[in-house]
Amino acid sequence: MNILGLYNYWIVVVLMMIGFYIVIAHENLIKKLVGLSIFQTSVFFFYISMGKITGATAPILDEKWQLYSNPLPHVLILTAIVVGIATTALGLALVVRIQEAYGSIEEYEIQAQDTQDQMESHLEAYGFRKKHALSPSNIDQ
Amino acid sequence: MIEHLPILQVIVPLLGAPFCLLVRVPRLVSRFALLVSTLTLLISCSLLQQVLKHQVIIYELGGWAAPWGIEYRIDYLNGYLLLLVSAMGAIVLVAAQSSIRRELPHNRHMVFYTSYLLCLTGLLGILATGDAFNVFVFLEISSLSSYTLIALGNDRRALTASYQYLIMGTIGATFIIIGVGLMYMMTGTLNMYDLAERLPQVHHSKTVLSAIGFFIVGVCLKLALFPLHLWLPNAYAFAPSVATAFLAATSTKVAVYVLIRFIFSVVGAEFVATVLPLQDIFVVLGISGIFAASVAAIYQLNIKRLFAYSSVAQIGYMILGLAIGTPLGLTATLLHLFNHALMKAALFLAIGGVFYRVGSAQLSHFAGLGKQMPWTMAAIVAGGLSLIGVPLTVGFVSKWYLILALLDKGWWPVTVLVLISSLLAVIYVWRIVEWVYFAPPRIILDEIKDPPLGQLVPIWLLVFANFYFGIDTSLTVGISELAAQTLFVISGVSP
Repeated sequence: MNILGLYNYWIVVVLMMIGFYIVIAHENLIKKLVGLSIFQTSVFFFYISMGKITGATAPILDEKWQLYSNPLPHVLILTAIVVGIATTALGLALVVRIQEAYGSIEEYEIQAQDTQDQMESHLEAYGFRKKHALSPSNIDQ
Repeated sequence: MIEHLPILQVIVPLLGAPFCLLVRVPRLVSRFALLVSTLTLLISCSLLQQVLKHQVIIYELGGWAAPWGIEYRIDYLNGYLLLLVSAMGAIVLVAAQSSIRRELPHNRHMVFYTSYLLCLTGLLGILATGDAFNVFVFLEISSLSSYTLIALGNDRRALTASYQYLIMGTIGATFIIIGVGLMYMMTGTLNMYDLAERLPQVHHSKTVLSAIGFFIVGVCLKLALFPLHLWLPNAYAFAPSVATAFLAATSTKVAVYVLIRFIFSVVGAEFVATVLPLQDIFVVLGISGIFAASVAAIYQLNIKRLFAYSSVAQIGYMILGLAIGTPLGLTATLLHLFNHALMKAALFLAIGGVFYRVGSAQLSHFAGLGKQMPWTMAAIVAGGLSLIGVPLTVGFVSKWYLILALLDKGWWPVTVLVLISSLLAVIYVWRIVEWVYFAPPRIILDEIKDPPLGQLVPIWLLVFANFYFGIDTSLTVGISELAAQTLFVISGVSP
């Protein structure tokens, strides 16, 4: 068995790492979801290729065939694909609402706005009114 | 009818959820959801009764026998947790009736109740099922609906919190299916009890080791074990108050259950203890989680965030109990699961009551509320005392068992650390008491008074439970001990 003999695992591992890297490294919320989808898809590949037996056919009884592939992993992955679609759809819906609420889908811009919100509420907590808070419009004035 | 209870437990809320979308009248939807969750509570009560009689109830879905069909198996452990989750689901919904009307716009009510019931379905399904892939499916049902619940919060930060949870939660769930897939590859089965029989034959292959690794990391992401807890504080802080109460009381607990079930019923405790360095990892992460999260809690200015960090710390205690690896330690973990759910549900519902009147969960907005909202604040103090572990409260019972288990094992330094960490809880609870009782009120308005009875009753019911189970421990300790002992017998380690 040479090292390329199990090429399906190589594909799975490479795809998985690409997806995982995108999720971790990218600032753009949509790109993160793309990465997440690639990450999930690699697992689908893993399951589907797991059920394959060389020289075997689909599990429909027939006299010509002796060897059948295992259909169960494929069925499982149908469920997992549905779950994956639901996750991506929900994620994208959230990104739409984040864009509406923050006017950006870049993580660092959102974080900057959140930090400012937090600072305002901290100042408020210690007795400052909101108008004293350090917001860009106040500094301009 | 009686023999179909295990599946009804999951099906009833699952069917109730789409009905919530069809009934478009907000008032009716909330009553209907309450009815459904009360039904699930009744089902879980009678299930637990049967489990106490017969030990194990096995239910084959569609009449297909176990390794081929999906099997639901209710024993002491999940019977006990089914009762906990469905009870929390019902009690929180009582408070939700008025709280949701204040916090969410009319057109979102049915979305809230639908996702609430779906989340309940997912959590109950994880507990009831005996099939590893089914666990993943129900986990995703509960996770997707809890992302929705969190995103319903009023603050825009609820959206980013939900997004962050979605990313981390999906990575966790995907890790879990990788683990399940690798195990299936080696054994050809997905049934947990079948897996437990076949795994020992292939135990020392690298595939099984990496399967266990993937699975455990995935579950630890879901249960917010330090340092994988980053999604939790914001998610709890910005979700609608009742959603926070429900999620804090149930979702991480169910993930802890998955970990326990996997370690004891599937892989076997002995294998985990001898081959993997899991015990050391859990002790280190548990202790550092307790300290890091408690210290972070002290510095929070938002009470919901404060208690969210305290939740991360409490999970540290549960993991520590699990790491001890004796039946006594596991009993402590199971007790703390139950007791912590009681405390956090009471605390978050009480904070929801404050939100109802004051419209904020900022610590500074709690100033002087001790006089204006005496009953709610008394509930927060009572919950806080329980969190610290003062005698007569449930918090004391579970910490007592944890310390007993640690001493029994001879881990003196860890015992001392656990005792010190309780002092950190004193500090963050005291900060709240200071604002509530010793600061002058911010605004004096007639509107600021205790929330309506619909919220006060569930809050005080939970506070009462905090004291009741702190004094009469026969039910909780009894079942936890039984569950812990059976788990040790299943996994073949002599206790």
